[in-house]
Amino acid sequence: SPVLWGGGWSILSMASQMLGAPQHEVSQKGAFCSRTEESQPHLSKTDLTARISFFVFLFPWFGLDIGGTLVKLVYFEPKDITAEEEEEEVENLKSIRKYLTSNVAYGSTGIRDVHLELKDLTLCGRKGNLHFIRFPTHDMPAFIQMGSEKHFSSLHTTLCATGGGAYKFEQDFRTMGDLQLCKLDELDCLIKGVLYIDSVGFNGHSECYYFENPTDAERCQKLPFNLENPYPLLLVNIGSGVSILAVYSKENYKRVTGTSLGGGTFFGLCCLLTGCSTFEEALEMASHGDSTKVDKLVRDIYGGDYERFGLPGWAVASSFGNMMSKEKRESVSKEDLAKATLITITNNIGSIARMCALNENINRVVFVGNFLRINTISMRLLAYALDYWSKGQLKALFLEHEGYFGAVGALLELLDSA
Amino acid sequence: ILNLSFIFFLLTGGSLTKLAYYSTVQHKVARVRSFDHSGKDIENEPLYEISVQEEITARLHFIKFENTYIETCLDFIKDHLVNTETKVIKATGGGAYKFKDLIEKKLGLKVDKEDVMTCLIKGCNFVLRNIPHEVFAYQKDSDTEFRFQTNHPNIFPYLLVNIGSGVSIVKVETEDKFEWIGGSSIGGGTFWGLGALLTKTKKFDELLQLASKGQHTNVDMLVKDVYGGAYQTLGLSGNLIASSFGKSTTADKDFSLEKQSSPKAHLMVVTGRLIPALLQFYRIDDTFFFFFSPHLRTIQLQCFILWQGEVQALFLRHEGYLGAIGAFLKGAEQDNPNQYSWGENYAGSSGLMSTSPDVYPMQRTRSGTFDMLEMDRLERPLVNLPLLKDPSTYIPDTVDLTDDAMARKYWLTCFEEALDGVAKRAAASQPDSIDALQRAEKFRQKYWNKLQTLRQQPFAYGTLTVRSLLDTREHCLNEFNFPDPYSKVKQKENGIALKCFQSVIESLDSLGWEERQFALVKGLLAGNVFDWGAKAVSDPEYVGFLLQEGPPHKCALIFADNSGIDIILGVFPFVRELLSRGTEVILACNSGPALNDVTYSESLIVTERIAAMDPVIQSALREEKLLLVQTGSSSPCLDLSRLDKGLAVLVRERKTDLVIIEGMGRAIHTNYYAALKCESLKLAVIKNSWLADRLGGKIFSVIFKYEVPCK
Repeated sequence: SPVLWGGGWSILSMASQMLGAPQHEVSQKGAFCSRTEESQPHLSKTDLTARISFFVFLFPWFGLDIGGTLVKLVYFEPKDITAEEEEEEVENLKSIRKYLTSNVAYGSTGIRDVHLELKDLTLCGRKGNLHFIRFPTHDMPAFIQMGSEKHFSSLHTTLCATGGGAYKFEQDFRTMGDLQLCKLDELDCLIKGVLYIDSVGFNGHSECYYFENPTDAERCQKLPFNLENPYPLLLVNIGSGVSILAVYSKENYKRVTGTSLGGGTFFGLCCLLTGCSTFEEALEMASHGDSTKVDKLVRDIYGGDYERFGLPGWAVASSFGNMMSKEKRESVSKEDLAKATLITITNNIGSIARMCALNENINRVVFVGNFLRINTISMRLLAYALDYWSKGQLKALFLEHEGYFGAVGALLELLDSA
Repeated sequence: ILNLSFIFFLLTGGSLTKLAYYSTVQHKVARVRSFDHSGKDIENEPLYEISVQEEITARLHFIKFENTYIETCLDFIKDHLVNTETKVIKATGGGAYKFKDLIEKKLGLKVDKEDVMTCLIKGCNFVLRNIPHEVFAYQKDSDTEFRFQTNHPNIFPYLLVNIGSGVSIVKVETEDKFEWIGGSSIGGGTFWGLGALLTKTKKFDELLQLASKGQHTNVDMLVKDVYGGAYQTLGLSGNLIASSFGKSTTADKDFSLEKQSSPKAHLMVVTGRLIPALLQFYRIDDTFFFFFSPHLRTIQLQCFILWQGEVQALFLRHEGYLGAIGAFLKGAEQDNPNQYSWGENYAGSSGLMSTSPDVYPMQRTRSGTFDMLEMDRLERPLVNLPLLKDPSTYIPDTVDLTDDAMARKYWLTCFEEALDGVAKRAAASQPDSIDALQRAEKFRQKYWNKLQTLRQQPFAYGTLTVRSLLDTREHCLNEFNFPDPYSKVKQKENGIALKCFQSVIESLDSLGWEERQFALVKGLLAGNVFDWGAKAVSDPEYVGFLLQEGPPHKCALIFADNSGIDIILGVFPFVRELLSRGTEVILACNSGPALNDVTYSESLIVTERIAAMDPVIQSALREEKLLLVQTGSSSPCLDLSRLDKGLAVLVRERKTDLVIIEGMGRAIHTNYYAALKCESLKLAVIKNSWLADRLGGKIFSVIFKYEVPCK
């Protein structure tokens, strides 16, 4: 029977069948450990760890990544629920499971990326499906409100969350939702998520892929890439902003640099320049635009290549540089502006990533983050730019689950604790 | 009178044209010439003849103006172009294509296009070598926004980050070896283009002004917007930008874009994180690192804040001219301008713009449309004094007035108050000239304006010091053809002092050793009281000191100060004593006139006359134990890092082991803290009550600073 540990805060369920199971070493991660310690002053830490090993987490299993623009939620739906469990499953939990798995859209802004669902996954000895859900960060208060209304706190589960919002909304979770967040570092989660998803694969397909002939519309091919020996790896996470990590092993990584010019900049500028209101709309516009009308190219200045420094004429010399002139401003379309914005942001990320890769002496660059969602223009441009400027030394790699790795990592951290 | 010989353009593709030209400038110089005294009544004749002659010197001009004035400018050039051998002019930048036909038609010259980056780097190397205080670092949240650097003897290697319409990053290793190592298309053009699209403002300068008023936090998503505070794990401050323009997507709140915010947001993103990554990759440690762009200073400073601490970002005062300077140097290669030393002409140059355009909108507008830099070619190359302990840390100024607001206020007021007197003296120095009064008034007005500029922007010409104030005054006097306002005063005083020379020597010779040493030093100091540059003139009080006889020095280098009593009755008896001790003497005087300071040519005449009276001096001259040299300077101050090469050679040859620096301008304002490899003596009478107060003494206190370098 579930063990309730004070303050409406129950995280562990003692499953009698687990008693005979081999004891797992408890990982050092444990935002919740301190919490339990607080609630159980009579228990020493050693006692606790010993006891935790016998517990398995109560459902539901969530991982939450609250970014600057989007909240990413992964939900593990157990498919091996025994009749006994079914019986014990509280009504709330059941309704959450039903709600999440039977819908693909939640409210007006929440979306479940059905195509990304990972089927028949074994996680912590349980079989089930992993669902990927996203909604805008500005709906976070509504989400917390809903959690409160549905008495989420009574489910006695831990909500593991990462991303800046885990910190920003911690107070709201506590006061509005009566929920204690387990805050996790976003970079730890990101790497954990990437490595895990890549290892389990994408329903029998490869999670990781690359583009061959990225600039050639006819011959461009998306091909699987085997990331079995991933290290060293440059991980470029393009969310609202950009973080670049050099990963040398599962435990050893560093944040090399970052830039504030990311997906948020693309979408934000597009909103201002074109009046669009969704990321999808912005991308759709961009796909019909011509950025060379907006950008000043090397050939616009030099009449051709700038040979002294080996710069090709087609390279952008000044992003939005043509917009200095009144005539040119009047002759561009919104689509051209959207495309130029996309190209500018993408090129900038590409060139910073290239420098980091050279600097760290890493030749595989994995791009992740929701900026790349349905954004083949950027992916193909990154693939081409990296190859061209590094003279074939660098390879741009992409992952199917683009922006969800932080959330997956958060879920794994939760399960790892046991 | 201006005669242009070479002209070179930098025509930018944008709205500004920079023009560099090399001209010969005719200006008046005062010359002194000995009379032939044979058979004449010496008593009633002036000591020597003063004449004002025309002299032709080379000057480099750099002008920046809006493209709309290009035709006017071409007409001006056409009218002044005298060197008909010039068939080709060099041009660089995008505008070289745009205005090629116009220039060729107007001037009948062929336009030769030069590579932009090559010109830029050439220009950069040139200003780094030749303009003191060219380089500065920006300090945020400090009283002094700018921290100027002294010129480092070795400028390579450095990384040049050029923010034009795009960004180019070039590693410069030697004069001719450089490599493009990266760049970004997000530059000034992006700012302008986006700014024009997003706001109603279409002009670059106006966009900049708008941006300075905007709040980028209204559109940029900061770390604290995402985290609610700082991102502790990575030590990222909450005020860092997480996502540029990231807030302009927020749909839930009633987001209304404040139009002026967006350019500011862009300002912050121009460079991004590229440069620190580059630096790491190229392992450029301890390197100068320049970062400039015409008219983008505000942007630079904003961006710079982004990666302060990671690298040392340095800026150039004359960033906007580098391409033009480089194009000029390329065209003038047969003339090899790099073999000369050049001096910035403060009178002809407009200063550095303020970072806060709101404060002085008038000045900004002015310098935005017309901005100039003039550099005089010096006749002889200037080098470091070989005896400087550490040339790379030597600073030829005692007080940094950009730093010290109180001192700045005092000195600016002091120069303002003295200005009327200086103008009057200038006018009086040319009684025969019909327009002397008018020119004196023009001088007064010009220098007054410079002082007002400096009051508002102390950093306009680099670090503000008493030296730069004095030098600016000299440059302004010269500009209005007052080459030597003190020539007659000096002539008269030299004559009077010479008449007393023999009696002074006789009385000195009658004294015992110790008494004589005391009297000699008293004489040196007494002479220094008669200084027309100082505010107060009065009788001195002496401070006694102890003197011990030691072994004679091998060679003494003396930097002389004033004409008349100072040099003749103060310095010469001292020189004579040194010579008698067996010490050789190098007497260094200014190349050109400054206040009543003795010039090299005057010192030749004076020495000749003394030699005629005194056998010790005479034989020393004959045996080349007393050597007269010029400093290469025309300043009342002394910059030991810019001295005539001949002087430096001599100092080394004669194994100089004692340096004597005399006078307020040379010993107090500039070299009070100068550390030398050999013994040195710095002496002056404090003729300024405020300064005396500051140094903890009374007016007419004596500074007598004898230093022996620690072994």
